[in-house]
Amino acid sequence: METSEMKVDGNAIGGLLREIFTMEMTTAETTCAGCGAVHAVGHVDVYVNAPGVVVRCPSCEQVLMRIVQGRGRYWVDLRGTRCLEFIAAP
Amino acid sequence: MAWKVDLMGFISRGFRGKRRDNVSSARVPPGQHVVADFPVLSAGPTPRPALDEWTFSIVGEIDEPKRWTWKEFRALPSETVTKDIHCVTKWSKLDTSWKGVSMDTLLEGVESAADFATVFSDGGYTTNLPLDDLTGSKAWVVYEFDGQPLHPEHGGPVRLLVPHLYFWKSAKWVRGITLQNEEQPGFWESNGYHMRGDPWREQRYWGD
Amino acid sequence: MWQVAEVAELIPETPRVASLVLKVPDWPGHDAGQHVDVRLTAEDGYQAQRSYSIASPPEESRLAITVERLEDGEVSPYLVGEVKVGDRIELRGPIGGYFVWKAGDAHPLLLIAGGSGVVPLMAMLRHRSAAAAKPPARMLYSSRKLEDVIYKEELDRLAAAGDGLAVTHVLTRAQPPGWKGYARRIDREMVSDVAWPEEPAPLVFICGPTSFVETAGGLLVDLGYDPSWIKTERFGATGG
Repeated sequence: METSEMKVDGNAIGGLLREIFTMEMTTAETTCAGCGAVHAVGHVDVYVNAPGVVVRCPSCEQVLMRIVQGRGRYWVDLRGTRCLEFIAAP
Repeated sequence: MAWKVDLMGFISRGFRGKRRDNVSSARVPPGQHVVADFPVLSAGPTPRPALDEWTFSIVGEIDEPKRWTWKEFRALPSETVTKDIHCVTKWSKLDTSWKGVSMDTLLEGVESAADFATVFSDGGYTTNLPLDDLTGSKAWVVYEFDGQPLHPEHGGPVRLLVPHLYFWKSAKWVRGITLQNEEQPGFWESNGYHMRGDPWREQRYWGD
Repeated sequence: MWQVAEVAELIPETPRVASLVLKVPDWPGHDAGQHVDVRLTAEDGYQAQRSYSIASPPEESRLAITVERLEDGEVSPYLVGEVKVGDRIELRGPIGGYFVWKAGDAHPLLLIAGGSGVVPLMAMLRHRSAAAAKPPARMLYSSRKLEDVIYKEELDRLAAAGDGLAVTHVLTRAQPPGWKGYARRIDREMVSDVAWPEEPAPLVFICGPTSFVETAGGLLVDLGYDPSWIKTERFGATGG
């Protein structure tokens, strides 16, 4: 299987992100700490077939986020995301 | 009166899932099941290095860094080994056959006081190991799986093979190791996964 | 977050695709384009989870998902093949706010579907059909063969309603005798024929396997579309 076919997007982790962030996150916008590109989470590259979820910038492929789940815990690395912008719930 | 406490959560009638043998066996570490296929896991796009530019290096805390080109690497003495592999995502695959160069061969003659190594790959992936886990016939840098050239999806042209640890330590698309005095957590170890990853002690996550 | 839904009806759509109509007791309502996560648990506790786009529009009281049974899939052969009416399924949702279309948006709509990527776009068309004000809409839907086209009769009916919807089918592997439609993979010429002009700015939704979606999106941008008009949902070739 081509790895290009294994790549999905932030829509695929909408449910997972809602477990962590409590709000709808696919419309949130990430600013890449590497190249500065801004993308909606629904549009970023996501690899789910891994020991964790790896989210990458569609512009430069650098890692935006990493999410690992195990033993009742989440580990979330957002270092690759300079900034997350999302609309507060009313 | 006897109380029967139902500890089972929701069960999907008739769902079995993919074939997995929950065989209790001396060869299967705790929490693992044996699979017949070879799942592909990927944290990013598949690197496709040009072999005429490919090198494998040993750098860091070393008197004289070492580097092999593809041709030089393929000319090194190789071994074919058959090993069981265990992925932290709970699948194990028994009797997998690999061909490559023993890390002992690559580290031969290396002068270093370092106790640790960070393994680095094309695409930016890293993983860390005590040097002890790379020596003594425990690790290989392999280019063939099951008698065929290693497929890019499984880490080809060359990956690390460290079968006594969880398979995330067997870095795909490996390009070298950096010898270090202090252990630096790699790609997964810095985000929840265990520093050592011994499947027999079920060292999957931090704190295990 | 997880709810238990009951299978109320099974509707075969094509030889490999079926819709599951579900009764979900506390369903909060949803938008066209959203999906649910379905979780299956075996007797030994093993779990598998997949996402499925919601096929039913917000107007429908019963939730429907449409699932393609993949040959070596783990979840899809259970949902299409094993599941019976009356069975219960764990799900959570609705999920997703990015890949959503709401009636009331007046931009011309362009929907591009690859295979089972048609499902969320069908929810959008069903939602549009129930709306009072309908923007003009075009669908470009790529399938392998005629028998693989999901919702064929309903799409024919919607397109014949004369309310500004045109559906263009592409059959990439095999075509019936006399087929006059597109018979090749999506390319610049095809997209250029079907796409709306850039003025007024259209709204585009593309859904399907990753490479299909990326190709289609790239072609639209090459033709002059602004990336901000285009929303994508990539299935990958995983899951099943």
